[in-house]
Amino acid sequence: MYIVVVGGGKVGYYLAKELLEAGHELVILEKNASRARQISDELGSIVLNRDGCEGKHLAEAGANRAAVVAAVTGDDEDNLVVCQMAKHHFDVPKTIARVNNPRNEDLFKHLGVNEIISPTRMVLGAIEQDIPVHELLHLAQLKGGEMELVEAQISESSPALGRKSTDINLPEGSSLFLLLRGNSVQQVRADTVFQAGDKVLAVAKGDSGEEVLRRELIGDSEPVGSSN
Amino acid sequence: MRAVIVGCGRVGAGLAERLAREGHDVTIIDNNTEAFSRLEPDFPGQAIRADGTDEDVLRRVGTDTADWFYALTEGDNRNAFAAQMASEAFGVKNVVAKVNDPVRAEAYTQLGVATICRTRLLVDALAQFTGLAADPGASGVRDVERHHDHLDESAVPAGASHPGH
Repeated sequence: MYIVVVGGGKVGYYLAKELLEAGHELVILEKNASRARQISDELGSIVLNRDGCEGKHLAEAGANRAAVVAAVTGDDEDNLVVCQMAKHHFDVPKTIARVNNPRNEDLFKHLGVNEIISPTRMVLGAIEQDIPVHELLHLAQLKGGEMELVEAQISESSPALGRKSTDINLPEGSSLFLLLRGNSVQQVRADTVFQAGDKVLAVAKGDSGEEVLRRELIGDSEPVGSSN
Repeated sequence: MRAVIVGCGRVGAGLAERLAREGHDVTIIDNNTEAFSRLEPDFPGQAIRADGTDEDVLRRVGTDTADWFYALTEGDNRNAFAAQMASEAFGVKNVVAKVNDPVRAEAYTQLGVATICRTRLLVDALAQFTGLAADPGASGVRDVERHHDHLDESAVPAGASHPGH
């Protein structure tokens, strides 16, 4: 597979190294001359000392025959422009962007970037797993970010407490599928009744789906009254 | 009318001054405080030191209620990025990005982003001064939707997909 990598920082460098070892054909575009030289000293002549944001440089790199263009510089705006140029100018089937500000993810998706990699979001997710906050934990993105694998912990104040799984008002496109109770892992069945301390793995679709799941499984931030 | 300008260089500052003088409500953003020295001391608009490509910043300055949004920093990519954020995330109707690289400017024009390309404007002005014919695509802000009829089809870059939407 022919791959164009834009940005020869740490991410670009190790990405290229792994891809080369896996037998792929690739070129790295790195605009900094000394960095470009450093990479070619280590990985061979796979580096073009060019700014990958410019159409003519992408053309020189053979973007028109690339199966994938991966924009992994440290600047979100550069990564977006690379992906847009690759998609609209060279009809590249798959564009991948590194996104540093997680708030930019939606805009990138909306503007047609195929895959979005957010290191910030990943670290955030890893930290959230260790904090006992009563929020949905984001475990993984599915289908290019369209769906999210989340975990919810059932607390004493959860609206789902003591209810059967079939009584939970699930948002469209979402499903509950695994229950972590004590040391056991079981499938969520129609007759599963939720207890405090249960962890439920679920798939949520979009922000609105996540919000409904959060409300149903975790509850509002204020404790739910005993009358419920 | 409300205008948000990102980038307080000579162009940004000049436009901010002019719009404010005409009585418009102007907010200008730059991530360098010194850039604001280009504004007159009695500039009646708001000057905010922040990153104009940050969605939170644009929300804070009320981009969603802006009638006009101009991305005029030194960086073509920052401008293309900020402009698309303004139109797509905040729904601003009139958005212009300064893109000095003519190839990128043309590509973004085809994608439905109104652009102004200093390079092309200057080249055309100088060529005309020299007695050459005017480049019909070089004048002012280029906007596919509004000036579609006048678009020189030969100017569409090879492999470009359908403009915009």
